[in-house]
Amino acid sequence: MYAQALNTVTEVSKDDPAKLAAFQARIDAEEKIEPNDWMPEGYRKTLQRQISQHAHSEIVGMLPEGNWITRAPSLKRKAALLAKVQDEGGHGLYLYSAAETLGVSREELVDALHAGRAKYSSIFNYPTPSWADMGMIGWLVDGAAIMNQIPLCRTSFGPYARAMIRICKEESFHQRQGYEIVMTLARGTPAQKKMAQDSLNRWWWPAIMMFGPSDAASQHSDQNMKWKIKRFSNDALRQKFIDATVPQGHFLGLTFPDPDLRFNEATGHWEHGEIDWSEFNRVVKGEGPCNRERIKARIKAHEEGAWVREAALRHAEKRAARKAAARIAAE
Amino acid sequence: MTEKNMPLWEVFIRSRTGLSHRHAGSLHAPDAEMALQAARDVYTRRGEGLSIWVVPSGAITASDPSDKDALFEPTASKIYRHPTFYEVPDEVGHM
Amino acid sequence: METPLLTYTLRLADNALILGHRLGEWCGHGPMLEEDLALANMALDCIGQARNFYTYAGEIEGRGRSEDDLAYLRDCDEFRNILLVERPRGDFAFTILRQFLYAAFMHPYFERLGTSKDERLAAIAAKAVKEMAYHLRHSAEWVIRLGDGTEESAARLQEALADLWPFTGEMFEVDETERALIEAGVAVDPAGIRPLWLDTVDRVFADALLNRPKDGWMQTGGRRGEHSEHLGHLLADLQFMQRAYPGSTW
Repeated sequence: MYAQALNTVTEVSKDDPAKLAAFQARIDAEEKIEPNDWMPEGYRKTLQRQISQHAHSEIVGMLPEGNWITRAPSLKRKAALLAKVQDEGGHGLYLYSAAETLGVSREELVDALHAGRAKYSSIFNYPTPSWADMGMIGWLVDGAAIMNQIPLCRTSFGPYARAMIRICKEESFHQRQGYEIVMTLARGTPAQKKMAQDSLNRWWWPAIMMFGPSDAASQHSDQNMKWKIKRFSNDALRQKFIDATVPQGHFLGLTFPDPDLRFNEATGHWEHGEIDWSEFNRVVKGEGPCNRERIKARIKAHEEGAWVREAALRHAEKRAARKAAARIAAE
Repeated sequence: MTEKNMPLWEVFIRSRTGLSHRHAGSLHAPDAEMALQAARDVYTRRGEGLSIWVVPSGAITASDPSDKDALFEPTASKIYRHPTFYEVPDEVGHM
Repeated sequence: METPLLTYTLRLADNALILGHRLGEWCGHGPMLEEDLALANMALDCIGQARNFYTYAGEIEGRGRSEDDLAYLRDCDEFRNILLVERPRGDFAFTILRQFLYAAFMHPYFERLGTSKDERLAAIAAKAVKEMAYHLRHSAEWVIRLGDGTEESAARLQEALADLWPFTGEMFEVDETERALIEAGVAVDPAGIRPLWLDTVDRVFADALLNRPKDGWMQTGGRRGEHSEHLGHLLADLQFMQRAYPGSTW
């Protein structure tokens, strides 16, 4: 999901038209493309970018939630939050693993993130000042992610689809846990209800922006749809999410910060107000509340871990050398 | 100072007796023992593993897809292109 | 009024919670992604152990206190964890060496506790022993890699050892509270663990090119509720929400 809004230039292929046509025929027949199969350069590059940005989103996403592990208000919540953040790390790992089958190393991908050349989902550039935000992230952010993840389980590139299947299996507890946190607050003390409502007021618009601008505004969607990298339009997924989520919020007695939100009996959909895409663009560009500190935190962890990784590699070299020496001595 | 890349390992899990090992994905680890432990933490968190195999990715040899006409990318019989497949010293893989 | 069994159980619970909390602080900040997952895994094991011990402690006490009441509403002087676990997480060398020293003790400890005359403690220990076996293996492998790695990793590990060693003695303390429980076959006598612990430590230290410091003066007090300055800050973090919003359900 976190890549839904981040789709980038799909290069016009300079490849052999016959190969391109045969490739498209495989896609149309719902065949999976595997790492050693021929693929257009544009397909390879787009996937490298999309999968890695999805991975970066999972890793950066550990930070706003990790912010509350030490302060989780009950042991059950503490354990559940730790497990959730651990899962997100794991999801990032599966996705880096899938991206690496396309000819790039995790190190290169992480360098690109740290240098600001790669993007990640803009939702994680918002702060989590309140415990209620843990509920919102699970309910809204993971909820939005699931909307896209399920169709991605059928994406054309084999390793990506398989990673998504693994992720989807693990994801269901995340959204449930989030909603349960919100429900507990909404049914709690007046202070807790206020906490939940304040949190929803802050997260609602950023959550629906996660789906990205209307596809009419994006030129690259077409090719990505043709290659089954992307399976549904941004607007379709956003509407599906809103239709599912609004009743869930109303059930808890919460209101949404959108005076234009109303149910259209005729269409059966919830209509919503104008999204402020200028906010989205600013945050994607780097002017969100937490952009700099998120990347700095990741760079810090990476740099502070360098001596550990070096030691591990050095030890492996030493062991291999000892083994080789022992083999020679034995001969 | 450029850091050396951490070796890449492919992970195979047997989830129940009677089944064969299935490819689960890959991970980074400095050596075989740490790769095995990482595989447990990464790929069997929900108790999915009875038996784990880890193999240095570069040690796996891949067949050519059977139909040579239909679009295959020769990668010197490796399972996929990866920038470090040919840089990892042999000894590390055989620990 | 704290009975010996309650004190004993709270000690085990508090050790697990405080150590789990320290491990959880690494989430998102580990030296590599695979290690983030490993540290989180160990943190979850510790918190799970804590929950089991706290639940039992509440029942022993019989005043209706829940696991959360015990974890979130006691002040420093009521916490009974050893000082070792409340030290700040430090660098990776410190965290992993602490885990090794603790796991090398707790693994055989839980093995023995698994045969306790107290069935509940035995059951909790039986589950925990498998977890500690993994903590021991994982941390030992890292201690070796850091000790016999680069100059920098060896230096950091030496520094960590110098910091941690004076805190290891407290694991072996026995007071009157526990003496009776040991004799009743409920509690484990740490004296019996000592040779095993030393053996494990020596074997791993040999591969890690570390010298076991001479035994000298050891830090003490945690088990009696006399803590370092660090526990107060830790509890301020851990307990904030329950203290700020008393009587709420989360």
